[in-house]
Amino acid sequence: MPRVSIQTEDFDLSAEVAALRAGLAGVGAVVSFVGTVRDRNDGAAVSAMTLEHYPGMTEKAIEAMVDQAVARFGLLAARVVHRVGPLLPLDQIVLVAVAAAHRGDAFQGCEFLMDYLKTQAPFWKKEDTPQGSRWVDARVADDAALARWGIAAGNAAGEAPAS
Amino acid sequence: MITIQLKFFASLREALGAEQALSLPAGSSISAARAALVARGEPFAGKLAQGRAVRAALNQQLAEESALLSDGDELAFFPPVTGG
Repeated sequence: MPRVSIQTEDFDLSAEVAALRAGLAGVGAVVSFVGTVRDRNDGAAVSAMTLEHYPGMTEKAIEAMVDQAVARFGLLAARVVHRVGPLLPLDQIVLVAVAAAHRGDAFQGCEFLMDYLKTQAPFWKKEDTPQGSRWVDARVADDAALARWGIAAGNAAGEAPAS
Repeated sequence: MITIQLKFFASLREALGAEQALSLPAGSSISAARAALVARGEPFAGKLAQGRAVRAALNQQLAEESALLSDGDELAFFPPVTGG
């Protein structure tokens, strides 16, 4: 199965985790994260959302993140599914699932991948609110989350990173 | 001269269009490409002005503005990312 899927269709957590660890008898820990669409954000009601991405770059960027997570935490398997297109509150947006021998590496590998994805993968959310539709602003807190792993994100800051 | 393919995403795509070609002197950097677009005036000037939160990817990899461009490169400009 591919490690990374960008798709409009929904995904099934149980089926994904079963496929992830199939045949891997060395796995002792599986950690998964599912991100979902909230009906509120930044003080406004959200009735729908559209996710745009950069075809080609998205897949490459996430593959590189998975390589890093595998190397860093000794993961035995990893899977990322990210949906694009129109989504509604309660819908699933993203799945990150990882398998490792022990839980410490699995917990960390999953959080590392999610922190990385939030600030380095080319996705953009546009929300529909009673005041109209608006592009979601990047959060400095997401850069801070990646910084904990020793990686400078430079995503949310006002100007591009110093060059 | 070199010719590169520009791509824009999210709010920049809505304002500037999805893609177009741009010709530049050989040896130009990403920041030179951005400046050439700003010099066209609106809507490029407002969206890509220095100080605006604009990120760049060169050949589908996040890149700093000092990176140099080659003929046939794909250069994308977009706002900070907000997936996940």
